[in-house]
Amino acid sequence: MSRLKSWGAPLLSLLILLGMIGVWHALTLPKTAAQTVDSEYAALVGAAAATGQKSAFPSPADFGRKIGEHLSDPFYDRGPNDKGIGIQLGYSIGRVLAGYLLAALVAVPLGFLIGMSPTVYRALDPFIQVLKPISPLAWMPLALFTLKDSAVSAIFVIFICSVWPMLINTAFGVASVRREWLNVARTLEVGSFRTAFRVILPAAAPTIMTGMRISISIAWLVIVAAEMLVGGTGIGYFVWNEWNNLSITNIMTAILAIGVVGMLLDLMMAKLTKLVTFPE
Amino acid sequence: MTEPLIRIEGISKKFTGRDGTETTVFENLHFSVDPGEFVCLIGHSGCGKTTILNVLSGLDQTSSGYVFVGGREVNGPSLDRAVIFQSHALMPWLTVMGNIAFAVSSRWPEWDKDKVRAHCQQYIDLVNLTGSEKKRPAELSGGMKQRVGIARALSIQPKMLLMDEPFSALDALTRGVLQEEVLRICAETRQTVFMITHDVDEAILLADKIVLMTNGPYAKIAEIVVNTMPRSRTRHDLHKHPHYYRIRNHLIDFLVDRSKAFAGDAVNHDPRHPPLVTPGLDPAEAAASPAGKPLVAVK
Repeated sequence: MSRLKSWGAPLLSLLILLGMIGVWHALTLPKTAAQTVDSEYAALVGAAAATGQKSAFPSPADFGRKIGEHLSDPFYDRGPNDKGIGIQLGYSIGRVLAGYLLAALVAVPLGFLIGMSPTVYRALDPFIQVLKPISPLAWMPLALFTLKDSAVSAIFVIFICSVWPMLINTAFGVASVRREWLNVARTLEVGSFRTAFRVILPAAAPTIMTGMRISISIAWLVIVAAEMLVGGTGIGYFVWNEWNNLSITNIMTAILAIGVVGMLLDLMMAKLTKLVTFPE
Repeated sequence: MTEPLIRIEGISKKFTGRDGTETTVFENLHFSVDPGEFVCLIGHSGCGKTTILNVLSGLDQTSSGYVFVGGREVNGPSLDRAVIFQSHALMPWLTVMGNIAFAVSSRWPEWDKDKVRAHCQQYIDLVNLTGSEKKRPAELSGGMKQRVGIARALSIQPKMLLMDEPFSALDALTRGVLQEEVLRICAETRQTVFMITHDVDEAILLADKIVLMTNGPYAKIAEIVVNTMPRSRTRHDLHKHPHYYRIRNHLIDFLVDRSKAFAGDAVNHDPRHPPLVTPGLDPAEAAASPAGKPLVAVK
């Protein structure tokens, strides 16, 4: 019974995966229909396309081969329009981390201030409420105009989208530190800096980390769209470029890679969150 | 006569409600605590017991009146007055050692790590927690958590301890054991203690003087009961002493009836000098002791 419990879920996952690949395989099987188009057109486009035998949508086997190809040489660089998927992912991760870390540098101290002072909270709240729901991509034209650099603009877009969850969670975490812990610090005549770092920061750390985890997920969502707009390098640009090349297989490989990297980023943040979480 | 360690002069506390109405929780309280004395404050909830303790610790302010500790007016929290919180208030991200070390290094910032550690260990041993230094509060039972709270308060060697119903969240057995330990530790260190409780037996076991408060709002100090039983009392022989039931009945009578109807017998009540009563003595003994200067059976 316990064996079934530990093996049941992965086994079921595997079955679902095999089932999906099976359906996919069946749907992309070459059709053996008769030639229905004009013979001159058939001569022009090739027999396979004319009979509709070969779909532009890849079969699981094609997809698998493509992944193998990308994995065997992920870091090649043959000019601006032909770089390995590893390099493209690297560019995207770099941008996400740059924008994200800048956001953390601003959001955590500012959130601390907002959480500590109800006056600052009330003063900044209207701005936060208006700026928070703006789609990060809406900032892009403004960023391009003012910063005059597409790479910096992409980082700015990441910054603006990851700053809000961190800011709001830090402020909330700091504001809801239990009064009794602050009272302990007060009766021990602990100075404000020591209280901030030894009491408030550890007490709010789990909430702050939750905000940081939400932020990295949003940043990874936004980078793809931002790079589609900005162009040049990155996984978003890669997807758009392969769309122009009409290479569905490459697009699908990129989609999978985006998913895997996003999952890894989230796992990493989950590990870090666990480190600062304390049992009550 | 020795100068009292704590002197409370005419303090009152008013709260303003949302609709602007003012509630006076207590007013015109006067009492004092001598060095080395263990004083308990008993009263129903709502009479402002915790507020009084917070005022003494410096965490809260009075609406009027003064509090002096060691001859100086209280105007904020101080390391001279350690607080043991009802909810123990340990920091869950720190170990037992870490929680106490936080207090010790706040008291003596110039001490190095080893000195802090050795000092903490001494107090961990004092509260019988040897071996649990590296545990986090979540791994401790309620009683052990409160022991850490006591060790943390004692470790900064305060002039006085303030306790806010420290044992009320514990089960009866654990409470008994901890009460005896507090009794032992206070006897060893000759610590001045001010404690809030609503447990009559706890007050009789631990306190030299029991301050009785009337019900709020407009709560006042009705009287101060002197515990005439010897300080060597223990939980086991407490109820065999002839004074025990007299004191206990007096306290319970007060809590059940007189705390409500106190206004009636307050004709010649002087809030500046709440009467000292010795219900433990029988009438003959009481008559023998000079008026206003009751016989205190402290050796």
